[in-house]
Amino acid sequence: MPADLPAPTASVETITAGLAAVDYIASRPIATALLLARDLGKPVLVEGSAGVGKTELALSTARWLSLPLIRMQCYEGLDESKALYEWKYGKQLLYTQLLKDKINEVLGETGDLTDALGRLANFSDMFFSEQFLEPRPLLQALREPEGAVLLIDEVDKANEEFEAFLLEILSAFQVTIPEIGTITAARPPLVFLTSNNTRDMSDALKRRCLHLHIPLPDARLEAAIVTARVPGIDARLTRQVVAFVQALRALDLKKLPSISETLDWARAIVLLHGAQIDRALVRDTLNVLLKFEADIDHAESQMTDLLRAAEAAD
Amino acid sequence: MATRPLEDFIRALRDAEVRVSVAETLDAHRVVGLLGFQDRAVTKDALAVTLAKSADEKTRFDDVFERFFSRDLPAAPDDAAAETANDPVPAGATPESAADGDAGDAGDGRAPADLADMLMAGDQAGLAAAMEAAAAAVGVGDIRSFMQRGVLGRRMLDAMGLRELERRIAALDAAGEAAAAEALNAGRRQLLADGRAFVERQYELYGRAAGERLRDAYLETRALGRIDRHDMDRAQNLVRQMARKLVARHSRRQRRARRGRLDIRRTLRVNMAHDAVPFEVIWKQRKITRPKIVAVCDVSQSVATAARFLLMFLYQLRDVVDDVHAFAFSSHLMDVGAILDDHPIEEAIPQILAAVGFRPTDYGQALVDLTDHHLGVIDRRTTVIMLGDGRSNYGDPRIDRFRALHDRARRVVWLNTEPENFWGLGDSEMPRYRPFCHVARTCRSLADLERVIDDLLRVGRN
Repeated sequence: MPADLPAPTASVETITAGLAAVDYIASRPIATALLLARDLGKPVLVEGSAGVGKTELALSTARWLSLPLIRMQCYEGLDESKALYEWKYGKQLLYTQLLKDKINEVLGETGDLTDALGRLANFSDMFFSEQFLEPRPLLQALREPEGAVLLIDEVDKANEEFEAFLLEILSAFQVTIPEIGTITAARPPLVFLTSNNTRDMSDALKRRCLHLHIPLPDARLEAAIVTARVPGIDARLTRQVVAFVQALRALDLKKLPSISETLDWARAIVLLHGAQIDRALVRDTLNVLLKFEADIDHAESQMTDLLRAAEAAD
Repeated sequence: MATRPLEDFIRALRDAEVRVSVAETLDAHRVVGLLGFQDRAVTKDALAVTLAKSADEKTRFDDVFERFFSRDLPAAPDDAAAETANDPVPAGATPESAADGDAGDAGDGRAPADLADMLMAGDQAGLAAAMEAAAAAVGVGDIRSFMQRGVLGRRMLDAMGLRELERRIAALDAAGEAAAAEALNAGRRQLLADGRAFVERQYELYGRAAGERLRDAYLETRALGRIDRHDMDRAQNLVRQMARKLVARHSRRQRRARRGRLDIRRTLRVNMAHDAVPFEVIWKQRKITRPKIVAVCDVSQSVATAARFLLMFLYQLRDVVDDVHAFAFSSHLMDVGAILDDHPIEEAIPQILAAVGFRPTDYGQALVDLTDHHLGVIDRRTTVIMLGDGRSNYGDPRIDRFRALHDRARRVVWLNTEPENFWGLGDSEMPRYRPFCHVARTCRSLADLERVIDDLLRVGRN
């Protein structure tokens, strides 16, 4: 399988460097998972709390490998007609209308009904051919000639039937369309499934996937991410921001701020020309980090300690 | 050769309740083939990605990985021997035999009589290999209980030739070669310590998890009131697991469609685009409603532990059930919903017990309070769960109020911590309450509790 892929995968280091080039700072487990995904040709199920960069991983991988990204957002009630393919009913109807005269011509000479039916049967496949097939994300990913990065986002939101339906695609990279036959991937896509863990995925699905759990980052990794993602932030402010957020995560909060919140906050501070973190600035911008009133109140009450942690990072 | 440790490792993982399928085992082999064992960190990450499939399993994986690969594998004998040669020579060893290049090679085939030589030579690799072989021979990996450690350790060392060694020490002693005897004896003591440590690790790897499972099974059937304080944590964990299992089962049930009935309205709407030609047919789904639960717990001394578990269960169950109203009483009734909401479970329960617990029971008063102040939360969708022994200290049981409750609620379930043949003895009012319960059952263990709650959730609207 490795031979099929565009760039030869060498090692965890190459992947880390490659992702860093597109501003995604990958921890070692992430890079290892990606390496295995490419070399074993297996999908990766990415779990972790909201905002730790699950979706971003897929986007960045696509950018790094210069592959098209095909994204499918899952939701309750998603079914194969929305995920895989759909017949263009309207077009089919229109064509039957337009071709009515032609059909009359063909059938005109036939003597009886059986004869007409026999003749019509010769043409019936015409309306169920690729021409009338509306490819949805999954089919698109399989038909992409150069391979693709397929992102199946928030797969836990879809119902279990859909999960079962994914199995064929994930293990063999092929789908079966009853009217046409089996379509096999030109080049197996690199598949990412993300899950927010609102429910447990089935064992069958997990078995077919590599499982990557992205935890909240430690201070060093987070600082590297902030530096890469927030243009124009200086090193001192980065240290302060990261130390503050890390201290915030130690509190008992309903929703801990994750990387995306840290980045938003850092951007906000840069935008407000804040040179360093102080009480007034934090008070004004805390709602970027924390999304619950109760959490904000709690953080306010611990503000002195939090600020001390941020200053200590200098 | 390199795959043997992997299989042992997977076995250890399975014992720690990380589910590893055959397909995943194959994947793990491919991963190791691809990356090898050279870089410990990379191997760990790669195996974690392949074998552990939830956050929970990841933690257990880390644990097992650290414990498993902390022992010295007998892999790559020439490397190990080379290391031994470079090691500072242990006390009592003769330098020339320590430099022996292929010392570890014959590890498993070595005759027990060589034990003394290996000890004298300080041949750690050879000893480790011999120990692995002996351990496999007497089945140390099958260790299941803490108690087996001594016996298995002894048997393993015997298989390595400990007896022979002891005879030799005695012989040396008798021959007056005290220095040689002492040197060998020091080696023997070291060997005993190593053997003990080895068996200990094996127990940690293979035995402890099995032991814990046994303990869980035991707790599940144990009477609620009798769970010891130090088992409380485990029991709490168990409750959490049960609740989660129920949540999963219930949400699946909720979605199951009732086949065979066409939903005409939705079908027409969806097919508007196709001139209302029904290309796409939509079937009616049967909704299984989430029940509303009002739980009333007796927290007087006699049933306090059981109430603790019900409260715990309700706390965990709030994911599935839209509303859970929880009340606790000894005599006067208290709404404990707010306490459960605001505090972690470990704090909430003692607080509740401190506020209303451990007083003489008065069911009559509690029922009056409930019907006077909280009738609003009870309607025809509500299931009322009474948890208690039904012993009211000969006070007025206020059957009239209980009847009102019965008439109003969808179901009234009484979970009694006493066995049925005790109902009606002494001050028990159970026989009088019972006609107004839809279900009255003995609930003495966590397993009982799980069954009852599962029944509750099955309530469907037909």
